[in-house]
Amino acid sequence: MSDEPVLIAENVVMELGKGAAKVMALKGVSLQLIPGELTLLMGPSGSGKTTLLSILGCILTPTSGTITIDGQSSAGLSAEQLARLRRRHIGFIFQSYNLFPTLNAIENVRIALDVLGQKGYAAASRAEEVLREVGLGNRLQNYPGTLSGGEQQRVAVARAIAASPSVVLADEPTAALDSVNGHAVMALLAKIAREQKRCVLAVTHDPRTLGYADRVIRIEDGRIVGEERRPDGLDAPEITDLTKKRRKKNV
Amino acid sequence: MILTLAFRNLFHDRIRLAVTLVGILFSIVLVAVQLGLYLGSSRMITDMIERSNSDLWITAFGAKSFEEGGTLLTSRERHQALAVPGVKAVVPLVVAFNEWRKPNGGSARVLVVGTDAEDGGLAPYNLVNGTWEDIKAPEAVAADDTYFEELGISGIGDTAQIGQSRVRVRALTHGIRSFTKSPSVFTPIDRARSLLNIDGDRATFLLVQLEQGANPETVRQELRQRLEGTEVLTKVEFRDRSLVNWLFKTGAGVALIGGALLGILVGTVIVAQTLYSSTKDHINEFATLRALGSSSGYIHKVILAQAGLSALIGYVLGMIISLLVLYLSRNSPLPLVMTPSLALGLFALTLGMCAISAVSAIVKVTKIDSATVFSR
Repeated sequence: MSDEPVLIAENVVMELGKGAAKVMALKGVSLQLIPGELTLLMGPSGSGKTTLLSILGCILTPTSGTITIDGQSSAGLSAEQLARLRRRHIGFIFQSYNLFPTLNAIENVRIALDVLGQKGYAAASRAEEVLREVGLGNRLQNYPGTLSGGEQQRVAVARAIAASPSVVLADEPTAALDSVNGHAVMALLAKIAREQKRCVLAVTHDPRTLGYADRVIRIEDGRIVGEERRPDGLDAPEITDLTKKRRKKNV
Repeated sequence: MILTLAFRNLFHDRIRLAVTLVGILFSIVLVAVQLGLYLGSSRMITDMIERSNSDLWITAFGAKSFEEGGTLLTSRERHQALAVPGVKAVVPLVVAFNEWRKPNGGSARVLVVGTDAEDGGLAPYNLVNGTWEDIKAPEAVAADDTYFEELGISGIGDTAQIGQSRVRVRALTHGIRSFTKSPSVFTPIDRARSLLNIDGDRATFLLVQLEQGANPETVRQELRQRLEGTEVLTKVEFRDRSLVNWLFKTGAGVALIGGALLGILVGTVIVAQTLYSSTKDHINEFATLRALGSSSGYIHKVILAQAGLSALIGYVLGMIISLLVLYLSRNSPLPLVMTPSLALGLFALTLGMCAISAVSAIVKVTKIDSATVFSR
């Protein structure tokens, strides 16, 4: 596993609102995402998780601080240049899946490739390939309305990885899923991180996800307040137990 | 995928699609009918001028149109014109309205066109029964079968009265319609003079035919210098003057063009409204596209493709209905005209209308905050 970080955030500050309503959503956040790792970003509501995710994904531009992805800084880029950076390096997974209801599973994946300029047979076969990878080989022609929540999220995962981005950012990927599907999606994300050597960052406050993380970053009130790394050799259930024990001790 | 997404977005909400198509269809049919009427009217007004074999028209000063030639020209002017170098022939034409007394009572106004076909100026056309020889027979005229009812006749052999003289229908034309609603009746020029009480050598117009190689502009200048109190117009100028007189000075053309503009306006507003609401409904999908890294151009293409598809479907449906209306109007006093260039123009107009309609939707989508993808 390479230790070279692909995504580097340095001293990111984000102010939201104006005048008296101005809020400092992020107060100097720095972090690095390393290929092959599934990182969880955890924190209470309003802690700045989603704002940080939006900034890491080059959707929002920070008030100050820098984001570097694959050696390319996002500083000073126009909206169109940021879009180009996103389509080349970042895959997104959303809490509500954000699939196109009028497109079937394979078309939902193809559109991410189409945006990138990949068209025709090559795009169709790549879309089919990633859908098979996420276990939806038999649901290619299904529309989102005919898929379960877990299946829809797996289509979203396939869409996120179709263009082989170096970074996959997931916003509450298990929030809308039941336990079985939540575990399945987290296992899939962990597999993508480790087997495909991608940086995967998931924003979550779902404790069920802890067991799949290589690293957990805790954020509170716009600041990173802690970081835990899975001890070498510890498997998924053990890290969950470790977290529980730590929480008990704190209590 | 752009076309697929545009197509699916359009057909996702069938009711909205139906409203869009009705808007486009309404617009196309209205514009096609109005412009079809305009073209039909123009054709009626200019048909005789277009069919004349002439390079220049000599008219009395201030002649308004083919039907309203004004003061009569004399043989003196004809001979002066013939003396101009480059003039091959000068053919007199008599055109004036008169009263047609129906055989069974009642009367109608007709446009008497006196011409000698042998002169090669303006021969009766669209003859479906009878020949020029029949028209030269005593009392003979050629009437149009479209206007049998107005003329109170039923066919060849029927008699009527023009002014104080008896005439007999010896030939029939078909489809020579009149914008003034007064049927045209062809007869030899001398008989026309007699029917209209015009002196023996007078004419409403003189049709000038030029010798091969003669410069029309030079001849025209020479004619203008020699013929006082007249105007010398090219065929195109006289045609345009007739059009302006009947279509614009009477307000008929303004009404037709105004109706067409109204159709375009209504169509544009309806399509813009439905495209905007469709974009608004799919705004989260567009925000997702943006988050996935699509360029704004990609999203604009989706919206424009939606507009283009709406235009195409609406145009096809609109043209089917327009052609049906055209078919139904074929025997009416004012038949619609559809030409390939009008059909093409309508298609371009529909595309343009839909593209303009897409502007509001594009403006809406330009303001997307892609961060909303995380708040759904």
